[in-house]
Amino acid sequence: MGSNAVLRKMVIRAALIAVLLGAATARAALGQVDLAGSWAARNNEILAGDGLPVDYTGMPLNDEARTKALSYSESQLSMIERQCQGWPAFYLVQGPFGLRIWSEIEPVKGSVVSWTIGAWEDRAPMTIWMDGRPHPSEYALHTRAGFTTGAWEGDTLVARTTHMQAGFLRKTGPPSSDLATLTTRFSRHGDILTVLAIIEDPVYLAEPWVLSKSFQLSAMPVPPVGPPCMSTFEGREAGGSVPHYLPEKNPFVDEMTRKYQIPREAVLGEPQTLYPEYRKKLKAAPPR
Amino acid sequence: MTRQPVLIVVVAALVAIGRLPQVQAQDRGNAAATPRASAPIDFTGYWVAFVTEDWRYRMVTPPKGDYDGVPMTAEARQIAESWDAAADEAAGNQCRSYGAAAIMRVPGRLHITWEDDRTLRIDTDAGTQTRLFHFDAPPAAPGGPTWQGFSSAQWERPARGRGAGPETSMAGGSIKVVTRMMRAGYLRRNGVPYSENAELTEYFELSPYPGGGQLLVVTAVVEDPRYLRQPFIVSSQFKKEADGSRWDPTQCSARW
Repeated sequence: MGSNAVLRKMVIRAALIAVLLGAATARAALGQVDLAGSWAARNNEILAGDGLPVDYTGMPLNDEARTKALSYSESQLSMIERQCQGWPAFYLVQGPFGLRIWSEIEPVKGSVVSWTIGAWEDRAPMTIWMDGRPHPSEYALHTRAGFTTGAWEGDTLVARTTHMQAGFLRKTGPPSSDLATLTTRFSRHGDILTVLAIIEDPVYLAEPWVLSKSFQLSAMPVPPVGPPCMSTFEGREAGGSVPHYLPEKNPFVDEMTRKYQIPREAVLGEPQTLYPEYRKKLKAAPPR
Repeated sequence: MTRQPVLIVVVAALVAIGRLPQVQAQDRGNAAATPRASAPIDFTGYWVAFVTEDWRYRMVTPPKGDYDGVPMTAEARQIAESWDAAADEAAGNQCRSYGAAAIMRVPGRLHITWEDDRTLRIDTDAGTQTRLFHFDAPPAAPGGPTWQGFSSAQWERPARGRGAGPETSMAGGSIKVVTRMMRAGYLRRNGVPYSENAELTEYFELSPYPGGGQLLVVTAVVEDPRYLRQPFIVSSQFKKEADGSRWDPTQCSARW
């Protein structure tokens, strides 16, 4: 009996030591990629595509999206109820602004409950929930920011956004539906943060649209909040019609072709124009 | 106290103790293995450029003077203003926009293979260029500058690991590549220059693509004290292809 007690004590001590060692090892292995800070946008690549009224280059649009996009008139932004629709969660990688990222910490365990990417002037903040909560019902409220959860894959934070209001894939008119989803991957390499965005929309995209943008850690603070998009009177009386163009009547449809000699099918986001074969087709029959 | 709790503690202890040598053995294995054998992810295969960004700077040659987004110095702008595709061609410099600092933005396909246990090789069908990523290599090798320069590579392995909870996986890792000794070339086809003193740092990583596919994402940072006021940073993506059936080598062209 006495020897049993001694044996028990030894085993318990060994177990405690092992658990402590194991915990230390796991802690070291856990590490932590800290995304917090101010990340400046260098904008060396052009992702917004909003320099001309009709520029859908680089987008894999389907026919329905193309038709709807060409019916869009920017005068819609003068309508109070439509003034804020142009800046969905996708604008995170399309817009010209930097990112301010911070985390909310659970006060007892110290785990990260959420990461937040601060708002810009018109884009809502993105809160990435890390606590394992599920996405809401498909019938739940859809907002401009949507609902986002995240998990780590190695050193990459992978966020998935659903429940976004119907809006725009590009703020010049290519539409997004409320079934669209956004998968965002945040990869930090020293002072460079690469954000990969994979946008899926079963209503308006012929295939997933992929954008990536890199940011550089900055000592200059990026503002954590921006003034929210607030609707205001811009000279258009309530009621009446929605500004639009009828089919084949968009006056800007050939502007990019005239300016840069780019074929209309590329300007209008035909999916095959995103691959090298199309460049060879252009080579065979140069536009200029 | 019954024997059951004691047994549970013993099993727990053995499991916990067992983890440490396993982790250490893995680390030792990684240290001893070649870069090829210890690769945390597999980049090999055929990849096609998915041109969703900068379309009009990549799929067609932009007009002279269209340099949006490039932080050029005044000297670089002067050089770009004198860009002459015919002169480049006549001088045998038709590969100027296919150098290491620009080649990943050229629409085309990549074929990635292991040249040997310490060298990853990337062939491009556009411009038929070859890049060699030397693992465990010194920062530069003797010899003159070339279009693709000399690239030193290292794996970047995930710091996070087991025990981190169900929401965490060990997937991932990337390659960091630093390239120097490049011949002076063009960042964009319309004569935006980089000099022989330019340094290119790249990060290669993978991502799942919806429908079971895979994406290769390449983040490139070009630093050039002569022609760039600040680093030029772009990221490009490629989709994995099942095979090389669409591989179509074409020569460099200064005009297209």
